[in-house]
Order: sequence, then structure tokens, then C-alpha cells
Amino acid sequence: MRKVDILIVGSGIAGLSSAIKAKSLGADVAVATKGVATKSNSVMAQGGMNVALGNIDRDSPNLHISDTLKSSHNLADKEMVSKLCNGGIDAIKFLEEIGVPFSRLDGADTPLKSIAQRALGGASAKRACYAQDYTGLKILHTLIDGAVNLDIPIFEGLFLLELIKNNDSEVCGGLFFNFDSGEIEPIYAGKVIIATGGFGAIYSKNTNSATSTGDGLSAILKAGGELSNLEFVQFHPTTLKGSNILISESARGEGGYLVNCEGERFIDELSTRDKIAKAIFEQLKQNREVFLDLRHIGKEKLEHLMPQELKLIKQYANTDATQELVAIEPAVHYTMGGASVNEQFEVIGLKGCYCIGEASNANVHGANRLGGNSLLEAVTFGLLGASEALNTTASKIEEQKFNYILPIAKDSDNLEVYKAKNSLSDTLFKQVGIIRDEQNLLKALETIEELNIDSLKIDDTPKHSTLLIELLELQNASVLAKALIKSALWRKESRGAHIRSDYQDELIEFEKNSTVSKKDLV
Amino acid sequence: MNIEINSKSYKIEKAVATLLEAMIYIKENTEPTLNFDYGCKSGVCGACSVRVNGKEKLACSYTPQDGDKIEPLKYYPQKRDLIVDKSSQKELLKRVKARLISYNEQVLNSQDEAKTQIQSDCILCSSCYSACPVIEVNSLFAGPFALTKTYKYTIDKREGAVKEHIDVIQSNGVWDCTLCNECTLACPQGIDPKTDIVNLRNLSVQNGYMDPNIGNMSFGGGFGFDANGSF
Ligand SMILES: Cc1cc2nc3c(=O)[nH]c(=O)nc-3n(C[C@H](O)[C@H](O)[C@H](O)COP(=O)(O)OP(=O)(O)OC[C@H]3O[C@@H](n4cnc5c(N)ncnc54)[C@H](O)[C@@H]3O)c2cc1C
Ligand code: SF4
Ligand code: SF4
Ligand code: FES
Repeated sequence: MRKVDILIVGSGIAGLSSAIKAKSLGADVAVATKGVATKSNSVMAQGGMNVALGNIDRDSPNLHISDTLKSSHNLADKEMVSKLCNGGIDAIKFLEEIGVPFSRLDGADTPLKSIAQRALGGASAKRACYAQDYTGLKILHTLIDGAVNLDIPIFEGLFLLELIKNNDSEVCGGLFFNFDSGEIEPIYAGKVIIATGGFGAIYSKNTNSATSTGDGLSAILKAGGELSNLEFVQFHPTTLKGSNILISESARGEGGYLVNCEGERFIDELSTRDKIAKAIFEQLKQNREVFLDLRHIGKEKLEHLMPQELKLIKQYANTDATQELVAIEPAVHYTMGGASVNEQFEVIGLKGCYCIGEASNANVHGANRLGGNSLLEAVTFGLLGASEALNTTASKIEEQKFNYILPIAKDSDNLEVYKAKNSLSDTLFKQVGIIRDEQNLLKALETIEELNIDSLKIDDTPKHSTLLIELLELQNASVLAKALIKSALWRKESRGAHIRSDYQDELIEFEKNSTVSKKDLV
Repeated sequence: MNIEINSKSYKIEKAVATLLEAMIYIKENTEPTLNFDYGCKSGVCGACSVRVNGKEKLACSYTPQDGDKIEPLKYYPQKRDLIVDKSSQKELLKRVKARLISYNEQVLNSQDEAKTQIQSDCILCSSCYSACPVIEVNSLFAGPFALTKTYKYTIDKREGAVKEHIDVIQSNGVWDCTLCNECTLACPQGIDPKTDIVNLRNLSVQNGYMDPNIGNMSFGGGFGFDANGSF
């Protein structure tokens, strides 16, 4: 029987920051992750991580707090935002000391003062610390190097299915599908930290890693935990048309323009993402193609500041951004909602289960996340979450028997999985997209119910079956999709990333979180 | 277009920009039990590396050609179809102590950033490892990505324990490389492990080690080549 003090599910920046912290506090830690450790949204982050270091412009945690609150459309919690922004210094210090190779300024007098910072949308100062445009990659790999060398086991290929509870209803472990053995296996733990990321990949057009299917959230919901604000799905304004590869906000931060096919600029490029995405969507609706124009920034500067972007634009759009316009379209990028947590990051409705990073709704983004705040959240709340989890008595571990039945049956039509998957993700994009209304939301719900995803089965051996993994993910996607639509129906107003054509105003009676629990889904 | 995966031929009846798109097409339309790995679809998660006509490529950034032959990476145990067991990567990183061992407070500048910029672009795809002919004859050889990572930490001014890195790459490490350059050619990130290894050899010499292929192993008294390594 595998048994640890702290079980962390997910090997993104949140999970690994938490693991290293818990280990440094003396806990016996294990990380379980569904694929290879390098797969996550974290590894893809380009632009940067907000910390009000004030290395370039005058800045302070208070300014950062006020920008974040403003962008949240009155939904973020002031205390939590203050925890986030004030925690930035500890977070960046932690990263600096484990060796993250940040981009640097010359002539600084302290290590933190030497970290370069750039502008991202909605920020009143150059605040995002970065490592060229590989910020996530470089943070994540430094964390992997650290965790591996601290003897923290990272179990790859363990897919979280359910949370395990003891007789006192405390969470005391996770039940996993083991990709390598094809079997179901438990890991027991005094505390479980869910860091499984968001659910952006359940939409057809998205910038996310294929791993972002909301598995941890589905497990939390089934175990009796509460989810909130699922309707706030952030669209990134600038993804390459067709492939939806992200072109980071830093491209606009460094001075890039958005222009339509008539060559006109139509929005302040440094406005918040919800406003820009909506403006682009409206151009596209009038059949005006939209482009990112970087040409005036100059080849040399572009090559220095965003080598990865230039490479991606060349590779996936066959465009030389230093000379040509880049065709773009908005795509789903980040999910603000997630598991409701208290100030200690413990999931509302569950005991002994914590949630951090994109998976949680720690009330710091509200209706719209600021670029650069999620990496900050992953690290800061990752570190704090570990301390909080170790601060209270561990759940009693009671060994149990499990009768989880994998969705496998001979002669099933395997192609049905992909038909259902594509139908679900298209329905979400078309009917639960940037601009919503009651009629489309109801239609989407009906379509998804009719897919009857819970009854789908596959015909394959479980061992090393990516088809099985995709079906398990699809089951979770369907749970999240329904919960998301119900939340979107409930919010009869427009606020931040949730825009309804039938309720266009922001209303005071909705200045609160939407919530979903198990009973809402039957 | 037809491509071959592990000697089986598949027809792709759709225009695809990348090999990964072609494989997803096969999985969603003709063979749903085909197994391959991917995550980011944009060249940063390192999961989709395979061999195309004998050369390592990231499926998500390679444009497929008619008749391409796709196989899994070399040296790693094959799990199923194109998926291999890369878990030994982490054992290697541990063996070569690929991390900042002892933080030494330093103020870095843009030149320091430039020194480790390319090495830290590594996505751990293992293309270089699969391309390295030495692994074929010596499975204990640390190989290119692990040595590049070591190099990155040794030249980071914040590292206060450079010697510790150097100590663990003597046996089955820097001197076992034939400098054939295959790793450098294979790397999708433009990293040059061969040159990093040459630089590590110089650092080794500066730290009192010598090339065991030419030197007399019992040379000198205070320093010496630790033939047994430290692991
Ligand atoms: C293209 C892109 C660019 C971005 N750029 C920025 C940026 O510049 N700045 C910024 O602040 N934010 C950015 N973000 C957002 C940011 O990267 C993420 O919000 C953040 O990294 C989330 O970290 P996480 O650790 O919570 O989740 P993730 O990094 O998504 O990690 C989740 C982990 O959980 C694992 N997992 C999932 N399900 C299961 C399961 N069932 N069982 C076991 N393990 C599971 C996954 O495999 C993965 O390891 C970007 C996101 C994307 C997609
Ligand atoms: S140069 Fe050295 S490490 Fe690189 S492939 Fe050749 S033998 Fe291997
Ligand atoms: S050095 Fe290059 S080829 Fe080798 S693992 Fe890193 S990115 Fe891949
Ligand atoms: S899918 Fe991530 S590198 Fe190819």
C-alpha cells in the first residue's frame, strides 16, 4: 500500500512548488500525474509572472492588488488578492534560489532587482517577470530538477479517478488508473492537494495542453466538494488562426497592434482580455479578418524579446512576423472558476483536500484574470497551500476495497468516443463561447445530455491505452461542461468574461460567485 | 498521403500541417487504439518526440511527407506503439545532480542570462538521447541532455557547488562522448550538447580531472580520476 503525508495530484507549476515546499517542511510527499511530468499548461506559459518588484516602473503590491481587483469586476476577494500579490516576493525569491534563469537587467544591486519585467494587459506597471518567452518552461523544468533531486517521487501515468474518504468523511487519498499496469490503485495520504489545472481543453478551439480536461474538478465534485464561477472562461484574443497556438500578450505589451483587414486599429491593445476578445469577435462577425501587426517593432528587437513566438508563427502560420501581418482569432485560454476554497485553500465541502493553481477558484481572478497572475497564483498558493495542509491534523488513513469499473466492453464502437468528444467541444465553442444567450445555452445542454457520454465504452486492453484515457477525460469534460452551462444560465448578466447578449448589463444582485455541487447535476 | 507507423501503412485523407495532426486523424478515423503521446501541440512539452525515417522529430512540428516511416525513440523501453518509457530521464537527472545544489547569492545581468539561455530551452524530449550512438554501446552513459543540464548549472553564477557537478560526470559522463554531433543535429530547440560537453571537459580539467583516454590514471596525488564515479 502506498501511503504518504501529502499526496499532490498534478505536476504543473502549482503541484511542484507545493511538493518542494512540503518536502522542505519535512513531509513525506508524492506527486502523481497523468502523463509525463512535462505535460501541462504550465510548461506553455510564455509572457511572464506578475510580481510588483518595481524594477522598471514604479510599482507596489498595492497597485498590483488594485489592478487585479479592477479586472475581476468586483468578484475577487480583497483578502485573497492581497495574499496573492503580497506573496509575490516570497514566490519569486523561491524561484530565484532554486535557479530559474530569468531574463535580467543590467546594473542591479540585489538579485531580485535584476529580474527583467515587461508589460502585460491590464497592468499599471511593467510587472511580469519573464524568461524570454519561455517563462513557464524554464520555471517548470527548474522545479522538476529540484523535485527529482530532493527525492520527491513523481509518479507518471497515474490518472486520478476519485478521492478516497475515511469513515469520518475526511479525504485520505486518491484512487488512480495506472497507465502502465492497466489497473486501479489507491495512494493513501494524510492530506491531498489537487493541482490538476483547468478545463480549457474541453473546448474545440483552445490554447491549452491536451491535459487540461478538468479531471481533478470532476473528482472533487463527485466527492461532495463545491465548484464555483465555472462560467468565467477566458478567451485569449490572439491565437494563430486555425492552429490556435497562443501568441502571448507580451507581443502587444511590446507595442504590437491589432488591425482589421482594412488596416484599422479598433481597440486599445493593452486593454483587458475580455474586452479585446469581444472586440475581435465582433470584427470577425462582420467578416473582417483580424491581424497582429508586429512589423514596426523591428526584427532585431523581436528576435531578442520573443524568439519562441517568431518561431511558432513561422512554423504554424508560415508567416514572417517581422515582415508580414499575422492572422489571428480568439480561443479559450484559461478557466477562472474551479474548486471553491477557504483562506487555507481547503476545498469547501471536503475535509483534508486542498486545491491550488488553475484548478481552484481561490477568488483572486473573479470574472477576468490578468495575464501573469496565474503563474503567480500557481507558485504563491502552491507554497502556501503546502504549509496550510501541513498545519492541521492529518486525515486518518483507512484501507479500503474499491470496485471502480473501467468503461471497457467487448465490441464497443471505439470511434464513438471521438464523435462524442468533437461534438461536445464544438458545441461548447459555438454555443457556450464568447457571447452567450439562454436559448443557445439550453440547446448546448440538451446536445450534451443526448451524447450520453456516461454510457460510452471502449474495446481495448486498459494497459497503455490512450483511448481509455481519452474516454475518462471525456467523461470529466462532460461533467464540467454541464456544470459550466448551469452556471452560465444562472448568471443572468454580463460580467468580465461572461458576456450574455440577452442580459447585457452588470447587475449588483449577481455580484457573487455562482456555485455548483453534486446535487445540481442529477 | 500515406505514412507508415511501425511498419503499418496508413492513409491520411485530409490536409495536415503536422505529423501529430496526421496521427490524430488516424486515431479519430481509422485506428482509435493507436497509441502516441502529445500535450502542448506547440513544441514545448517534449512528449511527442518520435523518429521519422530514422531521424528524431517532434510530431507536433514536423510536416509529414508521403511515405514517411515513423518509429518510437531508440533506447527507451517501448510501452505501446509510439509510446516509450522515459522515466529513466529523471533517474539520470538525479544521477548527474542536475539542479542548483547550493544557492550562492549573486546579482545576475543580461550577459549571465545569455550564457544559459539556450541550455535552459531544453524541453526534455530526449531526441538527443535517442540519436546518441554511445548509448547503444554503453547504456550507463549520461548522454546529451543530462550533460547539457549539468553544464547549465555549473556556469550559473548562483551555483556555489560547481565541483560537485563536475565530480559526478567523470565516469560514464563527459569522457565517454565521441563528439559525433548527432545530438546537436537532433535537438529541436537548437541546443548544442556536444559543445556543452566539450566545455564540461575543460571545466573538468580545471577542477583537476584529466581525460582518462589519454592520461595516466594514477597521475598526481591530490586529485584523480574517480573510476568508480560517485553513484
Ligand atoms: C499557452 C499558454 C500560455 C500561458 N501564459 C501564461 C503567462 O504568460 N503568465 C501566466 O501567469 N499564466 C499563463 N498561462 C496560464 C498558466 O500557464 C496556467 O494557468 C498555470 O500554469 C496553471 O498551473 P497549474 O499547475 O495549476 O496547472 P497545470 O500546469 O495545467 O498542471 C496540471 C497538472 O495536473 C495533471 N493532471 C491533470 N489531470 C490529472 C489527473 N486526472 N490525474 C493526475 N494528474 C492530472 C496534468 O497532467 C498536469 O501535470 C498560460 C497558459 C497557456 C495554456
Ligand atoms: S556528441 Fe556525444 S553526446 Fe552527442 S550524440 Fe555524439 S556521443 Fe552522444
Ligand atoms: S537537449 Fe534538445 S533534444 Fe535533448 S532533450 Fe533537450 S530539447 Fe530535447
Ligand atoms: S506535443 Fe508538446 S512538444 Fe509536441
